[in-house]
Amino acid sequence: MATPPAPDAAATPDAPLLEVEDLVVEIPTRRGVLKPVDGVSFTIGRGEILGVVGESGAGKSITGAAIIGLLERPTRIGGGRVTLAGTRLDTMDENALRRVRGARVGTVFQDPSTSLNPLKTIGEQLAETALAHLDVSRREARERALRALVDVGIPAAAERLDAWPHEFSGGMRQRVVIALALIGEPELVIADEPTTALDVSVQAQILALLRRLCVERGVGVMLVTHDMGVIAETTDRVAVLYAGRVAEVGPTRDVLTGALHPYTRGLMGATPDASPERDSRDRLAQIPGAMPGLGAVPSGCAFHPRCPEAMSRCSAERPRAASREDTRVWCWLHPPEEGVSPDGRSTSLRGTRR
Amino acid sequence: MFAYVVRRALQGVLVLFVIAFIAFSMFRFIGDPLESMLPREATAADRVELRDRLGLDDPVPLQFVRFVGDAVQGEFGISYRNGVPVAEMLAERLPATLELAAVSAIFAAVLGIGLGVYTAIHRDGWLANAIMSASLIGVSLPTFLIGVLLIWLFAVELGWLPSFGRGETGELFGWRSSLVTVSGLKSMILPALTLGLYQMTLVMRLVRAEMLEVLRTDYIRFARARGLSERAVNFGHALKNTLVPVITIIGLQLGQITAFAIVTETVFQWPGVGLLFINAVQFVDIPIMATYLLLVGVLFVAINLVVDVLYAVVDPRLRVERVAARA
Amino acid sequence: MSALARVWQSDIAWSFRHAPVAMVAALVFAVLVIASLAAPLVAPHTPFEPGSLNLMDGFTPPMGEGMGSGSVFWLGTDDQGRDVFSTILYGMRLSLMIGLAAVALAAALGVTLGLIAGYVGGWIDALIMRVADIQLTFPSILVALLIFGVARGLLPPESREQMAIWVLILSIGLSEWVQFARTVRGSAMVEAKKDYVQAARLVGRKPSAILFHHLLPNVLGPVLVIATISLALAIIAEATLSFLGVGAPPTRPSLGTLIRIGQDFLFSGEWWILLFPALTLLALALSVNLLGDWLRDVMNPKLR
Repeated sequence: MATPPAPDAAATPDAPLLEVEDLVVEIPTRRGVLKPVDGVSFTIGRGEILGVVGESGAGKSITGAAIIGLLERPTRIGGGRVTLAGTRLDTMDENALRRVRGARVGTVFQDPSTSLNPLKTIGEQLAETALAHLDVSRREARERALRALVDVGIPAAAERLDAWPHEFSGGMRQRVVIALALIGEPELVIADEPTTALDVSVQAQILALLRRLCVERGVGVMLVTHDMGVIAETTDRVAVLYAGRVAEVGPTRDVLTGALHPYTRGLMGATPDASPERDSRDRLAQIPGAMPGLGAVPSGCAFHPRCPEAMSRCSAERPRAASREDTRVWCWLHPPEEGVSPDGRSTSLRGTRR
Repeated sequence: MFAYVVRRALQGVLVLFVIAFIAFSMFRFIGDPLESMLPREATAADRVELRDRLGLDDPVPLQFVRFVGDAVQGEFGISYRNGVPVAEMLAERLPATLELAAVSAIFAAVLGIGLGVYTAIHRDGWLANAIMSASLIGVSLPTFLIGVLLIWLFAVELGWLPSFGRGETGELFGWRSSLVTVSGLKSMILPALTLGLYQMTLVMRLVRAEMLEVLRTDYIRFARARGLSERAVNFGHALKNTLVPVITIIGLQLGQITAFAIVTETVFQWPGVGLLFINAVQFVDIPIMATYLLLVGVLFVAINLVVDVLYAVVDPRLRVERVAARA
Repeated sequence: MSALARVWQSDIAWSFRHAPVAMVAALVFAVLVIASLAAPLVAPHTPFEPGSLNLMDGFTPPMGEGMGSGSVFWLGTDDQGRDVFSTILYGMRLSLMIGLAAVALAAALGVTLGLIAGYVGGWIDALIMRVADIQLTFPSILVALLIFGVARGLLPPESREQMAIWVLILSIGLSEWVQFARTVRGSAMVEAKKDYVQAARLVGRKPSAILFHHLLPNVLGPVLVIATISLALAIIAEATLSFLGVGAPPTRPSLGTLIRIGQDFLFSGEWWILLFPALTLLALALSVNLLGDWLRDVMNPKLR
């Protein structure tokens, strides 16, 4: 399972491992076509962990499912491109996608207690995955299964190989799931809320494990979560989703300390923050209103009804992507042309506090 | 697990107790047990003597105990109608019913599971939908109607198969079997079809529903996400999980089939214990009725117990003690 | 009850109008029921009045002329010259009446026991439920046969023929009470905890009054659903029992009896004596089952 050491994770990779451009996912219904994902773009580099954050229903999980073609009828990809190391995934047929899943893209789901088949030993489930993707014999598959368990830190792995899923605690089970995601030696891992169902004490361990394993092997990670704490701790870059669209995507540190999009700033204000700069007298700011449902997305920028800095342009046109240093943002406060924004403010807001 | 089995066994014994009591009551209190045993010229003194000999005036609990004791030894009294010991009559006709029940059960299970899996996997296919619609018929129609219509079609109109009786029988492992002769096999087809059709439809719908449920679970989704082939997902994972609850239902069906055999045996005049029972009801032959009831009760309780144990064996979650692993 | 009527008018009626299968089934069922209830008016002959039969009419094929009386028999006649069409109508009528009576008995018994079990609880509840469980492990046909046999055994031989119909109703009814009891018990247990029941108890109302005046109206909803499904089961049970020879006698036959009689004539070529009653029962059973299926789906919010 050893792979050559990954390039320095902090360096921006030249050729991104995963490129998602203007991805659209649609659900045809009797009342029209709904778009839970409407023009999402981001990239993930090798050995890099991209956090995808947003409220429930923002489209994070569906984006992950769309990348590997795990959408259930009638949901389908309606536009855009998904490219994995040069191969286009969105146009692949089911057979080709099946060869990609597990072998090139691993998955970690949220609830470890339902991810594992209760009637099969974990050894069996690991071995069958190895056999499906690697050119190995049954015995080798079993050896790899054993090594996978050791890598994720299961104690007494040799005995646990023939154990049943229900004999493990939640944290242990999620380690097994991670082992399952990595045993096919993928280049990318999509982790959908991997720690949400776990005890707080266990969450940090699992995240650390995920980070270590992936960075070691140069595996890119798309980490979906609604928890800003997870973002802060674990991710290199972060994409903020709102109503199926990206608000901004950039290096985590930049987005957390100097968010460009008013929604992201609102999220920061709503997050309990124990840093010394915050004063206990600062109240938690709540963004008034709620994220629109699928059938009621506002025209133009989806956030404009709740945005404290909305302008007339925001309700008329959807914001186009703009780059500000390493961050891409979709907001009319930061229009695509370099220079002065319509209301006279400098376009560079990095480093300033809200 | 041991405690579980013991508990279920005790419950079973309780049910048997109740059934035995009902059977005993039937024997003792319905009709006149002396009626069939006395010659016409019997005097009052003869009656008293017979009553005494049979212990009919002893306290009821004592009589009950004696009844159970006799039953366990295979002593079930004598048929009112033809004076032959009930045990003998039942033993003679049991093989016919058991064979029919076994063939029907196998047919129902095999076809039921097969069709159930097919209609679940090809959920939106036209053939699957056609099968499901046809299955409605199997579930709604009374067994005898199916049998009668089958006879009309295959025996009368087409003349392919016999319409009654068991055909010729031969020896198989020491008992009379109709599986060893051609005419016997031909005679078995329509009755087995009739008896098994309802069960097959039930099994099919159950398997389909279970499999659809299983195919929706997270672990199936995860198996797909790991890139396992459709075959591995459907048969390596889904089928296994589907069959666990289904196997227990099939086991229970076995008991149902034996009871439904009454109707099928009547339609086809199949010489089994079911036909014997119906004749007994028509002629109010209490000993046969009561004994049949007892036998069926024992069968049901035994089957229920076996199925419970089987379930515990097959599902590792029930079998293995939970070991809390340290996180 | 008016709340129930309102729901009937809206949700259920809507889904009924959108389920073609249910509508067709309902239509067929309605036609059959009306035809059978109106049998005395609709039937062209009176097959069960001994004086009206002409043996020479026997074995007339469908749409044939009877050799004795010269009338045309739409569906033919049986061995005694009885008009098959009329016997079917009267037979269905009998089946329906027995079915309704049996369901009424099952409902009365089941609802009462269910109310008591749910309201009183304790050992009475445990006892009733135990009996119910034991009865449920056996197929209802077996239970009905058993009760039938026992009841007949208890009757003196002379009255057995006369009482056949009553014994039939008794045995089918007793084999169906369990579903009623279980459902009502559940609802009763829930209602018993509510304020209006406590209030009634405080005021000093007798338990029987509480049961029937207060609890009963509130648990009736699901009972109606079970009653319709029970009716389907009862009709089929009656047909089966009659076919087996332990139900309606040949002198006053139901559809099951007619099929039994007809089977004897299959091989001698008078296929119509069997086929028409069989097809009628087919239509009746299918339509009632489809309706019941639809009803069950509609009442169960969990099903997709």
